[in-house]
Amino acid sequence: MTASIAHRSKAQFAGVHAARWAEPVVMEMTYPGRRGVVFDDAPAPALPEGAMRKAAPVLPEMTEHDALRHYLHLSQMTLGMMGVSLFGTCTMKYNPRLGERAALQHLSHIHPLQHPDTLQGILELYANFNDFLCEVSGMDQFVFQAGGGADAAYTHACVTRAYHAARGELAQRDQIITTIQTHPCSPATANAAGFEVITLSLEEGGYPSLEQLKSVIGPRTAALMVNNPDDMGIYNPDIKEWVRLVHEAGGLCFYDHANFNGVMTRLRARELGFDACMYMLHKTFGAPKGGGGPAVGAYGCAEHLVPFLPSPLVVRDGERFTLDDDRPQSIGKVREFWGNAPQVLKAYVWARAMGAEGLREAADISVLANNYMDLRLGQVRGVSRSNPDVTAPRMEMTRHSVDQVTQDTGCTVVDISNRMTDFGIDALWLSHEPWLVAEPFTPEAGELWSREDIDYWIDVLEHVVTEAYETPELVKSAPHNAPIHQLKGADMADPDTWATTWRAYRRKHADRLAAE
Amino acid sequence: MMPVIGLVVNPYAGIGGPLARKGSDERHLIAQALHTGAILSSAQRARRAVDAIRTATATHILTGPGAFGADMAPGADIVTLTEITHTARDTATLVSSFQGRVDLILFCGGDGTARDVAAANCCDVPILGIPAGVKMHSAVFARSPERAGQAAAAFLDSAVRPVERVEILDLDEAARRNGRLSAELFAVARSPVARGVRQKPKAGGGDLLAETDAALGDYVRRMETGQNYVLGPGTTMSALKDRLGGGTLLGVDLARDRRIIARDLTEDQLLTHLATPASARIVLTVVGGQGFLLGRGNQQISARVIERVGPDRIDVICAADKLAALSPQELTVDTGDVALDARLSGYRQVTTGPGRRQVVRVVF
Repeated sequence: MTASIAHRSKAQFAGVHAARWAEPVVMEMTYPGRRGVVFDDAPAPALPEGAMRKAAPVLPEMTEHDALRHYLHLSQMTLGMMGVSLFGTCTMKYNPRLGERAALQHLSHIHPLQHPDTLQGILELYANFNDFLCEVSGMDQFVFQAGGGADAAYTHACVTRAYHAARGELAQRDQIITTIQTHPCSPATANAAGFEVITLSLEEGGYPSLEQLKSVIGPRTAALMVNNPDDMGIYNPDIKEWVRLVHEAGGLCFYDHANFNGVMTRLRARELGFDACMYMLHKTFGAPKGGGGPAVGAYGCAEHLVPFLPSPLVVRDGERFTLDDDRPQSIGKVREFWGNAPQVLKAYVWARAMGAEGLREAADISVLANNYMDLRLGQVRGVSRSNPDVTAPRMEMTRHSVDQVTQDTGCTVVDISNRMTDFGIDALWLSHEPWLVAEPFTPEAGELWSREDIDYWIDVLEHVVTEAYETPELVKSAPHNAPIHQLKGADMADPDTWATTWRAYRRKHADRLAAE
Repeated sequence: MMPVIGLVVNPYAGIGGPLARKGSDERHLIAQALHTGAILSSAQRARRAVDAIRTATATHILTGPGAFGADMAPGADIVTLTEITHTARDTATLVSSFQGRVDLILFCGGDGTARDVAAANCCDVPILGIPAGVKMHSAVFARSPERAGQAAAAFLDSAVRPVERVEILDLDEAARRNGRLSAELFAVARSPVARGVRQKPKAGGGDLLAETDAALGDYVRRMETGQNYVLGPGTTMSALKDRLGGGTLLGVDLARDRRIIARDLTEDQLLTHLATPASARIVLTVVGGQGFLLGRGNQQISARVIERVGPDRIDVICAADKLAALSPQELTVDTGDVALDARLSGYRQVTTGPGRRQVVRVVF
């Protein structure tokens, strides 16, 4: 480790404490007569008699300043993702301010119900980004409607249904094949679209064998939906043969590119034979993400599936751009209008800034960073890699486990994650379900984090593991420098404790409130 | 009020292991083992579990004297044994005395001890095993002594104290020493959820139960009239039988036209029932924590029964988390007929939920 890194690590180790306000529930801050601005000329609500309240709602009475201060305090305590976040499977990236500014300046004054003639700029951007992603994937058409990765997987399940229905084979083809470490949204959306799901298990190589795949392929096969690599980071080298076998049986193949970061520009889904694929613009393509959205799952497919795509599609007509809604075989809409346009714009800004060479460099750095991290994690006491016997190289991330630490000290991966937040490390991503390794965590460095950041992250893990062996109580009672102490999970399962409304809160906590 | 754990240690559990015996049930083995200087490892393992509990939470411990628990749990309240027999009776006496006085029974031993604890546990107090035996086919054991202690503490600290039904299996040791494998399903006990066999996915427990339940409903809807269904033992199968009018938990039952028509059948009785032109199917779940499909706890479904029904006419229903906990990810068959075992091996689709199947490799 170089001196500068050690210096930085040392400084960060000492310097974290989150904002902590003893903030009451807003309903408890009421003071009769206090108020914000009153508009004397506000129009009376145009509601039918029956819909009008008989009595005024019980709202806290407070000044505008009090209200603002209260919510600022809350936001200071809930603002996260500001430390080092190697939040695996989410491909944490810096979201350039330029994209934010572009979205604010250029999208906040238009609406998708405007006439397309007045929306030429955003339509051109959609068309250009479509071309960009077609080049990256080898597909023929993209659509940006899906509101996230799972929504794009659902789009594929619906396209699969429409494709087989159009060929008169839907009644026969009722099974979709996936693998145990493919993102759980693939089986879930296949079920939601009415298919039976067959999940393949891992074998010696770290992925299911060809023989296992062959044992389930047949006249009922509608599609294969897979990640490659999955979040264990192992690339299935037989994937071309998988696709050939599924095609031979009459099924479609969908490449869920949730883990695209390590293979950007190194492979094209279409060249491997896939009929369709999906990119998450809010992960791989640098657009921001929040808790559950807004997001975009960019779904692309080959020519034979284009008729089934959601409508509308942006069509380039010489110098002009139009919206094609007249598509009789379309599965319809999976999201209103054209999806989250601001996200599409931000991802486009990122992609144009990166360019083809930038994408390749980012992919290579993400693999390099993970392998550097993997090497160092292997030296941390009690930390093991998922499927340790598999020698295949791991790409941009892999699942790890602190099971040994838990067995030795009683400190679980959640305890360790809690304690790491005390050092400015954002909470760990554990693992997708099912948990095939106990006490899992899945870090992903991506191309964003510097070597100093990765080193610091591992230094903290190492430090916390040492604490677990020496002072397990300190780890189990963490976090100590966070806005609040750890949550009591049991309370969330106890209907007598939790409350989602003020009325329920008062009822369930009457004793405590009375005592105060 | 502070929660109370009833701790019972089988001092001789695991003693047969180092002697390459297949268990420690026979009394003369204990004498032989002690004579050859075997170390009583169950005491150490019990102490590790107690340490883990005390690190995690404050609790009272009620236990037996000396090697039955008091030695490993300083400060515990002690139940006096009027007579020490050095047999399973000691375990039973302690477990009986715990009834109504403890929130959880933590025992240290193997399958034999589990069986003794379950038999004496008349009030159905939740039980949890510290693994210390030679045979541990029952799903009641935590994966390590520390895990047992942690799981016990977490259970007692929990507001809801969630339990699930787990199967207690035991092998016939005398038969096993003669080279024959014979396992029976002896009881079903309540045990804390997330015993640490593996960590449960977040908030997944309830949903997985619902998934399995929906899969069973789906299976019943698809049952064909006029066909015989041989239904194996176990909790999942018992839930299936409940949908068909109710059957046995530990036995093999027969259903036709969505009704159970015969219960707790032996191999011969099954063969008699199946001696009709009507077609049949066998429905199984994975029994215990060891991934056995056939040959443990369901020997009534013998090689002859399987040949009669047809080896390709077997359906397996099992919760996804039970499959995920298997290491390695495979199921085992042991029908006693190697040629049949070979035909049953390979890739098999196990129903894990409505519209969900997982492919698992079956080995023998």
